[in-house]
Amino acid sequence: MSPYAVKLAFRHLLSHPGQSALLMSGVALGVGVFIFMSALIGGLATLLTLRTVGSIPHIVLEMPDRDPAVLAPQSGAQVVLQKDLSRRQQIAIWQPVVPIIEAEAGVTAVSPQIRGSAYVERGQALAPVGVIGVMPGKLSDIADIEGAIVDGSSNLPTDGILIGSRLAGDLGLRTGQVLRLTSERGRARSFRISGIFTLGVASADRQAVYMDFTTARALFDLPTGISRIEIKVEPATDAAAIAARLRRSTGLKTTAWTEDNSQLFEGLDAQARTGTIIKAFALITIVVGIASAMLLSIVRRQAEIGIMRAMGASKRLVVSIFVLEGTLIGFIGAVVGALVAWLVLLPLPPVSEVESGGLPIDQAQGDFLLAIALTTLAAALASILPARRAARIDPVEAIGS
Amino acid sequence: MSAEPILSVRDLTKVFGEGEAQAKVLKGIDLTMAPGEMAALLGPSGSGKSTLLTILGTLMRASGGRHEMLGVDLMQASDAERTAFRSRHLGFVFQFHHLLPDLTALENVMMPAAAAAGRESRAMRERAAELLDAVGLADRRDYRPGALSGGQRQRVAVARALINQPVLVLADEPTGNLDRQAADQVMQLIRSINQTLATSFLISTHDEHIAGQCPRRIELLDGRIVRS
Repeated sequence: MSPYAVKLAFRHLLSHPGQSALLMSGVALGVGVFIFMSALIGGLATLLTLRTVGSIPHIVLEMPDRDPAVLAPQSGAQVVLQKDLSRRQQIAIWQPVVPIIEAEAGVTAVSPQIRGSAYVERGQALAPVGVIGVMPGKLSDIADIEGAIVDGSSNLPTDGILIGSRLAGDLGLRTGQVLRLTSERGRARSFRISGIFTLGVASADRQAVYMDFTTARALFDLPTGISRIEIKVEPATDAAAIAARLRRSTGLKTTAWTEDNSQLFEGLDAQARTGTIIKAFALITIVVGIASAMLLSIVRRQAEIGIMRAMGASKRLVVSIFVLEGTLIGFIGAVVGALVAWLVLLPLPPVSEVESGGLPIDQAQGDFLLAIALTTLAAALASILPARRAARIDPVEAIGS
Repeated sequence: MSAEPILSVRDLTKVFGEGEAQAKVLKGIDLTMAPGEMAALLGPSGSGKSTLLTILGTLMRASGGRHEMLGVDLMQASDAERTAFRSRHLGFVFQFHHLLPDLTALENVMMPAAAAAGRESRAMRERAAELLDAVGLADRRDYRPGALSGGQRQRVAVARALINQPVLVLADEPTGNLDRQAADQVMQLIRSINQTLATSFLISTHDEHIAGQCPRRIELLDGRIVRS
């Protein structure tokens, strides 16, 4: 790229400021769309992930299935496997496991739980519920129950329970009222409602009942063991890898949240693909715009190009001038577009604070540099064909015209 | 002629089209030019003046014959060699000035040298300033063509033709677009350059008044030289 080509390309752009500005604003608009889509798609993915993983355990540890192993699978004999249901599914020895889990890198919270099914009675109404017995101080380790309390308090005395707002609504319950709860083991007991929470997850708000760990032990006939250990990890996307390590170190069955939420990932994938298509169209628009503008400019400047060629300018110089001009339009337009997009997205709240109805736009995922690089590249490619056409102009014909 | 000719053309022909539609525009041109010669090329429209100048300027190839300049066989040379030759040894002045509208007068004069070198240099700038001085436009060097009169533009075009110190300047109706006074100024300029720099000029024209100012007269009729 000779310095003279650079000079002529700049000079032409500067000599026609209105035309150059118009072309660059077109590019800037395309780049703005590109960045906006990146930020929106990225923000949506973050929001959905946040909302999904916010109230659920990232990894659940349970006792592995005790089905007998087939010793000689290739023997040719007919084997009949029967599930071993003779013993309760529980983690009998769990106290030594907790410190092992807590020592694992990335683990931020560990909550041993007693779990079981039950139904609540109120008058003639019955409602099935899932009881979660949590250890003192670990109530909000998995889902932020304390922050979700809408009525009453989050204190859990031995005869207290916390219920979801939908269940309260269905049965017409209020804080302080007494409720009878019968467990799947046939044990029944009355509890006073200490508080009502709204997590925003319908199933939890309708069916989850939180109670004290020791109280749950009695209700579900689990004097020493526990049902499961739920843990949170940071970052949530590492859950599968951490789960694999915990499986080896504890010997327990581990389930990462990613396994149970494949639909979410499919959705996010489809969303990302849609975003890519829209971004590709934005780029194509830029390419078509620049290519047609360059072609028009070349037709208009035919005599100029002819005279330069007649005066000894090489084809290479002519190609350089036009490719450079198109690339400059793309680059400057892209930088301006990225800057404006950055300023526009700047005052928007972070995704975690987006209120419902608002667009979850994540400025950090705006792909600003990628947008500038791709647009500049696209502009350079868009100018190559018109530039080659310019170099093929016959000086004799061009000067004659 | 005492010195070696700079240009030598023998039996040069140019045919456009093929078959029925074939048109023979040049029908065997023999022509030589000596260093420092100034010749007018006369002939009615369609006699082949522009075609001959275009071929001599290496902007188009002849169909047949020999075309040599400064000992280089231009019939055999490649396109790139012809472009390089053109930029080094030939200058052009056209009927329409064809100055680049985005460049100043000084930059326009420098253009052929800068295009060949790929950059502008201080030496080019100084030489272009001298040439603009010589064509009487020292005070217009930073003006763009749009701000100059027709005669001034054509004088810038003459200066541009001289930047690479060509051996031969080919001028196609250089005053065809100018009024008498401006035309006389341009011709006076060409004569003085021809005398001081010993640059050869071949000037095509319709105008007897212009032809009268050239020591040599070449007349073209129907693709043949009838007087030289």
